[in-house]
Amino acid sequence: MGAQLRVYRRRIKSVQSTKKITKAMELIASSRFVKAQQRVEASLPYTQELLRAISAAVSHGNSKGALVSEVENRKRAAVILITSDRGLAGAYSSAIIKEGEGLNALLKEEGVTPEHYLVGRKSVGYYKFRERKIANSWTGFTDQPTYEDAKRIAAAVFEAFNLPTAEGGVDEIHLVYTHFVNMAVQEVRVRRILPVEILEVSKAEASEKLDTKVFPLYDFEPSPEAVLEALLPRYVENMIYTALLLAAASEHAARRRAMKSASDNAEELIRTLARQANQARQAEITQEISEIVGGADALASA
Amino acid sequence: MSELNVSVVAVDRSIWVGPAKSIVAKTPEGEIGILPGHEPVLSLLVNGVVRIEPTEGSKVAIAVHGGFVAMDSDNVRILAETAELSSDIDVDRAQKALDRARAAGEDSPEALAAAHRAETRLKAAAAVTASGMHN
Repeated sequence: MGAQLRVYRRRIKSVQSTKKITKAMELIASSRFVKAQQRVEASLPYTQELLRAISAAVSHGNSKGALVSEVENRKRAAVILITSDRGLAGAYSSAIIKEGEGLNALLKEEGVTPEHYLVGRKSVGYYKFRERKIANSWTGFTDQPTYEDAKRIAAAVFEAFNLPTAEGGVDEIHLVYTHFVNMAVQEVRVRRILPVEILEVSKAEASEKLDTKVFPLYDFEPSPEAVLEALLPRYVENMIYTALLLAAASEHAARRRAMKSASDNAEELIRTLARQANQARQAEITQEISEIVGGADALASA
Repeated sequence: MSELNVSVVAVDRSIWVGPAKSIVAKTPEGEIGILPGHEPVLSLLVNGVVRIEPTEGSKVAIAVHGGFVAMDSDNVRILAETAELSSDIDVDRAQKALDRARAAGEDSPEALAAAHRAETRLKAAAAVTASGMHN
């Protein structure tokens, strides 16, 4: 066998084994994606009811606490980035990091210092490499987040939010995550969690999902303010939890798509290489024949 | 007689949905009983047991942590961070968790919270056994 042919065959084998791996990863991502989507759906009833209850409490209690009203002079803002722990998911994590950079720049322009709260090894790696200060980070659960994870994150940002600005507290909390629209479309979204933009959100949600726009005259126990105060931390937790779930579904969808195109590319590459290998083999045969004919000719003429 | 439409929802799933005759739950101001026709109420719940008497079948007890109840026009929604049906509660495990938490001491708030959770679970499990005897 000629040297060139051998090289081609070796490359075909290596691409074939790569394809096997990407194919397997694609299948794994598909099955995890289905589970992640089910978890998103299972969390919907709670989210809806919580929003409804908070809207009711807000529309009744006229007092607006620190959680709802904006601060005049904003100094610092917490930015939570939800990225993945692992790569091989196309532009999934880099899209989030890019969006986060945009938000950071915007905040700085307005004179607000961003504090970085990072979820997922990818964003942590990015920030560490650039030697930026990380306020807090969490890793190891992005493909299967639990409510406990969300609670840990919420507790940390909430603590920072409750600190006075002078002591290093933050005035705002922003969340950057990938919203899962459907299998083909996932978009990076930036949302402000605190101070709450409840009224707009809940009105839109209310007209969408609830048939009644007017809330019944609830009897609040112990009081509307106490109920709201107890519900808002839940709201933050729930929002982070929902974002984590949506991000996980998006991550699996992105990985599935990336691995599918990798498998397709491998297939294409194998086809091209096979053609080149055939050509090389043919060239080798042709050369051998012409050598034999040439040799015989030389003998005959001698 | 009208009946209550009850749904008990935890953060990650629905726990119990169905028609019921009455509900008893624990709020920071004491126990609240809800019958059909109750005025709209939105109340926080302390960690404890929610007892539901369904229209059909035997009573249901649910251990609820960090939740609230919203009720209007005979629709009752109980939302909780975690909720467990008494029938799903493993008494042995809960007892062990309680012992473990107590052994961990009363200094750490985590151990206290764990002990409290385990206690509520045991109570919920006990509530159904007790009501089963009455029926």
